[in-house]
Amino acid sequence: MTTPQLDVEGPAAPPRRNGELAFSEPWESRAFGLAVALDAAGVIEWETFRQQLIATIGVWEAAHAPDDESWSYWRCWQDALEQLLLDQGVIGGDDVDLRSEQLAARAPGHDHDHGDHSHHRHDH
Amino acid sequence: MSISERLPISMRTEALESILVERSLVDPKVMDAYIKMYESDVGPLNGAKVVAKAWVDPEFRERLLADGTAAVGELGFKGPQTEHLEVLENTGEVHNVVVCTLCSCYPWAVLGLPPSWYKDPAYRSRIVREPRAVLHEFGLDLGADVEIRVADSVSECRYMILPERPAGTDDLSEEELAALVTRDAMVGIAKVAGPQ
Repeated sequence: MTTPQLDVEGPAAPPRRNGELAFSEPWESRAFGLAVALDAAGVIEWETFRQQLIATIGVWEAAHAPDDESWSYWRCWQDALEQLLLDQGVIGGDDVDLRSEQLAARAPGHDHDHGDHSHHRHDH
Repeated sequence: MSISERLPISMRTEALESILVERSLVDPKVMDAYIKMYESDVGPLNGAKVVAKAWVDPEFRERLLADGTAAVGELGFKGPQTEHLEVLENTGEVHNVVVCTLCSCYPWAVLGLPPSWYKDPAYRSRIVREPRAVLHEFGLDLGADVEIRVADSVSECRYMILPERPAGTDDLSEEELAALVTRDAMVGIAKVAGPQ
């Protein structure tokens, strides 16, 4: 009997990490990071957030077929987080609307990279 | 309908983050650290180590099946979504497969973040109604004599599967065994294949 050859890097390698990307777009990872950081900071309680997420997904599913291509798990996540923060009075009713409009009104070419808020590059 | 619903969702996330940062409720650096941790450092390899240990250490296996949270904690794996971990053993007679029908609860600390199919409405509803057909689509055909049990992560419970140890692995070390274990096997949509 020979010793098995184990791939550690190649395509047959076991999933050292997730095996696939957890996030397909940067905003998804920010929405994820927001909820986890707010929980860690004690601003939200995880189980309460989970219940809101369940409710949000339930509303989407009631209105769509299971294979509807507009499905976005992370959109539900974002909506649930917003709703929870609204319900808790952490943010006001139109805070996110107003700030979104402000961000949308930024000059074209503005660096939208928001991975680091400590500085904003204006390299144009 | 809010005026901003015509804007891309990414802008709402950015807006929410900027408001919360302004009010010192979140620190972007803390967010970055969590994202990096779950995106690249925490993954199914943690669960694979747990499975391999259970295969070679019968006492650990017993502790794992009795109290998953405490047993994986022995290996240093703990964190949100793993507070109530229940480990289910797959055998030749009973095959467990995990789902969260309501949202997408998943034991992050041992499996990383869930794959996209796990969160899809189609998987979450169909695996309960027709598990045999869904497993077939994943490439897993189980004999008619195998009982399939669907573990739904309701309430605060999270599930992980302890798959069957494949034949022909008696000479393998714990580390070599861990390399055989896949995420799919720990969710229950696959079996662990023996060494090639």
